[in-house]
Amino acid sequence: MATAPALPGSFELPSSLRLTRVGAVDAVALEARAADLAGRSIKKQSKLLALDLAIRVMDLTTLEGADTPGKVAALCAKAVHPDAHDASVPSVAAVCVYPNLVPTAVEHLRGSGVKVASVATAFPSGQSPLAVKLRDVEAAVAFGADEIDMVIDRGAFLSGRYGAVYDEIVAVKQACGAAHLKVILETAELGGYDAIRRASLLAIAAGADFIKTSTGKASASATLPIQLCMLEVIRDVHDATGRRIGMKAAGGIRTSKQAIQYLVQVHETLGLAWLTPDLYRIGASSLLNDVLMQLHAQRTGRYQSLDYFSND
Amino acid sequence: MTDVVPAPTAWEYAPAPESRALVSIRPRYGLYIDGAWSEPAAGERFATIAPATEEHLAEIAQGGAEDVDRAVRAARSAFPAWSCLPGSERAKFLFRIARILQERAREFAVLESLDGGKPIKESRDVDVPLAAAHFFYYAGWADKLEYAFPGRPRPKPLGVAGQIIPWNFPLLMLAWKVAPALATGNTVVLKPAESTPLTALLFCDVLRQAGLPAGVVNVVTGDGRTGQALVAHEGVDKIAFTGSTEVGKAIQRALAGTGKRLTLELGGKGANIVFDDAALDQAVEGIVTGITFNQGHVCCAGSRLLVQESVAEQLLAKLRRRMETLRVGDPLDKNTDIGAINSAEQLARIKELVQSGRDEGATIWQPACVLPEQGFWFPPTVFTEVAQSHRIAQEEIFGPVLSVLTFRTAEEAVEKANNTPYGLSAGVWTEKGSRILWMAQRLRAGVVWANTFNRFDPTSPFGGYKESGFGREGGRHGLAAYLDLGEGADAGVGGLA
Repeated sequence: MATAPALPGSFELPSSLRLTRVGAVDAVALEARAADLAGRSIKKQSKLLALDLAIRVMDLTTLEGADTPGKVAALCAKAVHPDAHDASVPSVAAVCVYPNLVPTAVEHLRGSGVKVASVATAFPSGQSPLAVKLRDVEAAVAFGADEIDMVIDRGAFLSGRYGAVYDEIVAVKQACGAAHLKVILETAELGGYDAIRRASLLAIAAGADFIKTSTGKASASATLPIQLCMLEVIRDVHDATGRRIGMKAAGGIRTSKQAIQYLVQVHETLGLAWLTPDLYRIGASSLLNDVLMQLHAQRTGRYQSLDYFSND
Repeated sequence: MTDVVPAPTAWEYAPAPESRALVSIRPRYGLYIDGAWSEPAAGERFATIAPATEEHLAEIAQGGAEDVDRAVRAARSAFPAWSCLPGSERAKFLFRIARILQERAREFAVLESLDGGKPIKESRDVDVPLAAAHFFYYAGWADKLEYAFPGRPRPKPLGVAGQIIPWNFPLLMLAWKVAPALATGNTVVLKPAESTPLTALLFCDVLRQAGLPAGVVNVVTGDGRTGQALVAHEGVDKIAFTGSTEVGKAIQRALAGTGKRLTLELGGKGANIVFDDAALDQAVEGIVTGITFNQGHVCCAGSRLLVQESVAEQLLAKLRRRMETLRVGDPLDKNTDIGAINSAEQLARIKELVQSGRDEGATIWQPACVLPEQGFWFPPTVFTEVAQSHRIAQEEIFGPVLSVLTFRTAEEAVEKANNTPYGLSAGVWTEKGSRILWMAQRLRAGVVWANTFNRFDPTSPFGGYKESGFGREGGRHGLAAYLDLGEGADAGVGGLA
């Protein structure tokens, strides 16, 4: 049996094939609830608050093989001042890059309050030896990353070796030191809500600060029911232990309307307390300009051409 | 992160009302008889109001015995031509009605919420689409009646159907009754509920648009006296009633020995049964839907919660927290979860039963919510420590009031669930498939939902056991209620057990 110092109380350690007390998820009712909440109509002041919040919780992301210091520098400038014409628009929460680009991001974000997040652990597949993954994490931390977005070993999870997944997350958490750990479940590869619930609990038990849906590199990414499934685990853990775990939805969130639906769901499932970048993030590469456009439209009553918003 | 970013202290959703301008309500309505509007013979009228604001909406005609007689005669004279139309021709009218309902869906949704008090998201997403779906579904049956019941190749329509519908789902109950009646070649005299007649009256305009022959559907508004006149009329061949068990019993007494056919869809005291292995968060959703859908004005509402003792505390904590998030208010606001109670009379009944729950020693819990001052409102309510003998465990409250009981074993759950005079609906929440089947065999309820609640579909028959009534609406079974299948057909032949 492994030990789970991060999770005292009544949770049993999920270290064997047969997890007990994980709890079940019913797909039909989960999706119905997610659809119901997605139908909330958010207007006027409440929409302004949501759009502002969407920027504050955003992890502005670039994860391309073609990323260069120049590209990351431009992204950092956008992250700090998303709208060059409007200083009241807040900075985003973090910039998320590959380890090699962490030094560039650190340099350009110094003193801005915007965090540097780095993917690591053989992102996106996680199919490398543990020693390599740990070295990956250590390098990103040494470069100055504030946050590490790791991937779980889906190969181990899907073959029932939950203990291996757990031990690996514990080791990565240790390698993170002071950096915050977001654990990417890659939900599209897990095979259903019950598995997502199980993986969420496993990650939290092993010490995750955040649980995160997706890499953005798989066939599918975050969906509203998947986030709801994960929020319910976070809520159960909070009920049982008092620990507040963060949530990050990533991949496929491209419009303000979607972002507001995700925020509404967090609001009505976990409450206001989670509506801070300390506990909620949206990982996105192309969402920001749409939010800026909507924000501008909401304030002035007019839509501007996308040509007025910088492409980075 | 060392620096903590404060969360917002509030996120109030701005009002998001659906536009009232979508509907135009006439100041006064007549009776729709023989394809035309006419005045009630006695000239009597009553008002229909918006229960959320008590705003006067329109003057409605009080149909008397003379008016009912005119309507039945119109239906009678329309019957030969209508019943002799080829099924495929009748189907065209039904398809047309269904499409027009879809085209005018927003108008119907707004009117339904305005007149009945239900949240717009329900009338928009449930009532109106399902009403259209029923017409589509039965349109498909109209030319296949010869094949619907094996060994019964010559089903015949009954004649004139008198249909009396309730105030909780005015348009949907209209569709449940009118669609199968027309598909099978019957003609109709419909009596909408006194407090919610407006969508039925707007439906008359749909009939006009669809070009339905005069007299095939007649709408006579009025109170209980109008319904009584319809039940008593000699020219009616069949009565279909949805409403209270008390009135249903009176109708059955009145029809005894007359040879008129009767189907009754009456009250209920449905149980949601939650086992310890259930998906608890989703079970909570089902419980909330079961008791707050349409303010609990649902005959098949899950008004009792039977929860296995080992998870009772955890489940109730989740339930209370979820109920705290319910938004009670303006029915036309798209974010409203719970609208207004349908009438002052119904509100008084809910209050009386809730008081009896307090008096009998059950523990009451209600979320903190501010109710509007004008109109009829009741907060979602949960009673715990309810005994099987309490009135709130036995009687239909027809409001957002849930009575919670616990059980230890599956046998005990079945015994408690069945221990009411009613038998309309039940819900079973468990991850174990064999247990669902075991429960479904033993629950004496017309509908048993597994890991869901309040799901409706035109293809699925709906109806009750015991004092919840008899006869089925929906599906192939729904056709049988409007057909004469020939000798011995009532004994479960023709593939209908």
